[in-house]
Amino acid sequence: MVESKKVDVLGETCPVPLVEMRKAVRKASPGDIIEVIGNHPESKEEIPMAVEELGLELMSLDEDGDQWVIKIKIPEEDRRGRR
Amino acid sequence: MGEGDKATIIVHSGEFDKVYSALIIGTGALSMGMDVSMYFTFWGLERLKKNELDKGPLSRMNFLGLGKWMMKRKLKKSNVREMDDLIEDFNELGGKILACDMTMEIMGVNKEDLRDDVITDYCAVGTYVKEAKESDVTLFI
Repeated sequence: MVESKKVDVLGETCPVPLVEMRKAVRKASPGDIIEVIGNHPESKEEIPMAVEELGLELMSLDEDGDQWVIKIKIPEEDRRGRR
Repeated sequence: MGEGDKATIIVHSGEFDKVYSALIIGTGALSMGMDVSMYFTFWGLERLKKNELDKGPLSRMNFLGLGKWMMKRKLKKSNVREMDDLIEDFNELGGKILACDMTMEIMGVNKEDLRDDVITDYCAVGTYVKEAKESDVTLFI
């Protein structure tokens, strides 16, 4: 069953948003969607970098003022085997 | 794992700010999908003793602990994750923590003095060199 998980890192700073995103990815199953919500400016740039490095799919990046929401999909087939 | 997927960090310093940097880089690299090994040696090894992780002085402007006290206040105000939590994150994300055997001997440190809960293994220089050869990132802090 595909699950959608929320990771709330509002008010957190380096390196917590990246670390919490990574923890969620490790626990997720193929097909799952992870939604990361935060307001640390650098992490808005760095989480998509990590998503690429990890071979995941960046579904969306939405901003509302300082706040941002990044949606990540765990691929069904984990080609790079990094998770 | 292909090339460029591994980082090895030598933690030679025991100062608060340097150990902090090492842990942030370590957890950051794990988060970006790398394998990470941190080698604690000399003054760094002191920080793996029980209840000693955040006990080092600042590397600059320590002012007999006043500087460090101010730094800790600022870190707290900025909501920076504490070192004890970072080392747990490091372990949870699969990072390896290695304690230098030789340093233990010359500094009279016993295994019972060290944090068994975070240490992955005890080793010597050969293990580091082998891992460093396979790494694209290697740091000496």
